Amino acid sequence: MTYFATIMLVFRKDLLAERRSREILSSMLVFALLSVIIFIFSFELLADLQKAAFAGTLWVSLCFAGTLGLTRSFSLERENNALAGMMLSPVDRSAIYFGKVLANWVFMLVLSVILVPVEGFFFNLNPFQWATLGIILLGTLGYALCGTFLAGITGRLRNRELYLPILLFPVIIPLLLAAIRATSAALNGGAAGEIGTWLLLMSGYDILFVAVGLLLFEAVIADA
Amino acid sequence: MNITSTVIDARGICKAYGPRKVLRGLDFCAYDHETVAIMGVNGAGKTTLLNILATLLAADTGRCTYFGIPLKNHEIEIRRRLGLVSHQTFLYSELTAEENLLFYAGLYGLLGREQLAAQTLELVDLKKQRNQIVRTLSRGMQQRLSIGRALLHDPQILFLDEPYTGLDQAMTGRMRALLKQLAESGKTIIMSSHSFQEVSAFGTRALFLHKGVIVDSVDLAGMDEDELAQRYRTVVQMGAQG
Repeated sequence: MTYFATIMLVFRKDLLAERRSREILSSMLVFALLSVIIFIFSFELLADLQKAAFAGTLWVSLCFAGTLGLTRSFSLERENNALAGMMLSPVDRSAIYFGKVLANWVFMLVLSVILVPVEGFFFNLNPFQWATLGIILLGTLGYALCGTFLAGITGRLRNRELYLPILLFPVIIPLLLAAIRATSAALNGGAAGEIGTWLLLMSGYDILFVAVGLLLFEAVIADA
Repeated sequence: MNITSTVIDARGICKAYGPRKVLRGLDFCAYDHETVAIMGVNGAGKTTLLNILATLLAADTGRCTYFGIPLKNHEIEIRRRLGLVSHQTFLYSELTAEENLLFYAGLYGLLGREQLAAQTLELVDLKKQRNQIVRTLSRGMQQRLSIGRALLHDPQILFLDEPYTGLDQAMTGRMRALLKQLAESGKTIIMSSHSFQEVSAFGTRALFLHKGVIVDSVDLAGMDEDELAQRYRTVVQMGAQG
């Protein structure tokens, strides 16, 4: 089986399992929407502050909801030790990583598609711009790459739901800051150069974790 | 039966979990067409040894060769020829029986997956349950499906790690019949077992594992259950005293 075919096989398997159970997306969506609502009522924002708060609220909600998705994504593999079944097969183990990244990225994108217009409604903003689309694509991809790798590390620990956010959030800060700044700049009509700089940073982050996953995921899941 | 070539040659296998040494410089060999039973008390290292030989776990030190090919740098090629049945099923609970087999057939790069999945379901007597989600199957059915999963790619070496765990007597009997069939078809089978009856009826060689090393290797030809049990107790007792 080719490397790409293995990635797609793992990806499709995760989508199929989610279609049956509907555990990941439903929990992520509920959590994210609740987060947004809590932020809105907590800050009681004035109109001129709403644009500034939109980006931070969006990305923080995505990050928190994303950890639920990542934890559940690997609980699929832990049940019946299915991950071991994949490890026994004659495939490059980094392909398993990229298959799961792809699935987690799709879940994050679906969440974003729902969350962005909802938040735009509550903040009385129109967030639909080409730049915003690019930021969400790169930001959610970076989150999926980093999160899947760290979820692989914490997956076998007893308090995995606790350890994953503890490990993930410090590591994701550069991506998060870049995503927030880029989104804010896009909504405030910032210069293309400024948005481009943040997009470049996010791209670099994503490429870094592609390399990390490619080189280290096998070691992460060894002895699973 | 002609025992011809060495299919597994493992030397100096060590494995520790933290300060606890499970395998201590163990040497292991298996030959073509053999059924090797690894026997030992709980905690002797049977599962660890099987998982290492099946390439699921990496040994801390030592080397393994399969069909004359070293494991290092040839993992993918070797895994194509191995299968493992464990007390864990390695199945996805939210997928159907057929979908699980199709997934694994895909991972092994097998052609004609649908037909292969159908044949495998027939082999393990789960044809009627093909569209049933795994979590709704009984434990026995899940274990049969797990055997099907392990046999899908027609492995030359089959590892069995306490495959009867959680099964009732009737189901255990059916599983034993299936596995006996596989042994007679020429596969090399390496299994862990506590049952002297099963090992003496089924196996060609028994290895006694005690405190992380193989303390005895017994040719089972002409040996009955009682003789095997007596030999095991003697060896383990000597090992405990020594």
